[in-house]
Amino acid sequence: MIPVEAVPIPYTWVLALSAVLFAVGTLGVLLRRNGIAIFLSLEIMLNSANLAFAAFAFRFASDHATAAAALDGQVFIFFVIAVAAAEAAVGLALFIVLFRCKGSIDVERANILRW
Amino acid sequence: MVVTIIFLVAAAIAVVFAVLTVVPRDPTKNVLSLVIMSFAMAAVFAILGMDFLAAIQIIVYSGAVLVLFLFVIMLLKIRRIEALGSGRPVQALLGALVAAGIGGMMLVVAGLLLPLQGAVLPGAVETGTAFPIGRALLSTHLFAFEFITLLLVAAIVGAVYLGKGEEE
Repeated sequence: MIPVEAVPIPYTWVLALSAVLFAVGTLGVLLRRNGIAIFLSLEIMLNSANLAFAAFAFRFASDHATAAAALDGQVFIFFVIAVAAAEAAVGLALFIVLFRCKGSIDVERANILRW
Repeated sequence: MVVTIIFLVAAAIAVVFAVLTVVPRDPTKNVLSLVIMSFAMAAVFAILGMDFLAAIQIIVYSGAVLVLFLFVIMLLKIRRIEALGSGRPVQALLGALVAAGIGGMMLVVAGLLLPLQGAVLPGAVETGTAFPIGRALLSTHLFAFEFITLLLVAAIVGAVYLGKGEEE
């Protein structure tokens, strides 16, 4: 394990990486119509949110006074990963059902509730 | 110095393969790009001293979730998907603007936080290994931890029920 004080990276760099990844994920979610592709972009967005948590946890890990906050940040990333896994399982099952009903997972064809 | 270079390389790989997850029209390529992106994310976690999360990231994302995606893509025989924003130029432009706006806003916030960079103290605490995280999970966050297991069970049951289909 690399000691935190040996890492010369400003935590804002990590935040910037998180911002860029979030923008790419948003682009995919907004512009794709295939359900699987939307889901993949959603995973990128979840990953970038995790990275933002990690950035602040890294920032707070540098000080004994805020070490508890750093730990909480990492626990939260753990929970986000668990929820993302559950979401992927249910979401993909939903797409299988959608495919069975419509013969396609184009989200524009799931329009029964649209008026 | 070396750590900075490794971080920048991992960040570049993450961004490039995030774009490759979104842009290509072959869903298998998209999923495999996401695998590489999550490996790069694990590298970033490891650099930030979060060993446990790096391991979890590889096991859960590069392992379980991506296998699930590949399985569904091959089950449904999706070979080609539509091009990014095809056939809807106005909506594509608006979507790109919104994505750029959100990303730009977050970058500005990150830039505003730059002067607040805390002094990294010599006696920094090690919080990223499995031991402190496991203890926090089973003490402070015990309820949330148990609740997440309940959520996972519900998700599994729901996925099996949905995937089972209609009774004959």
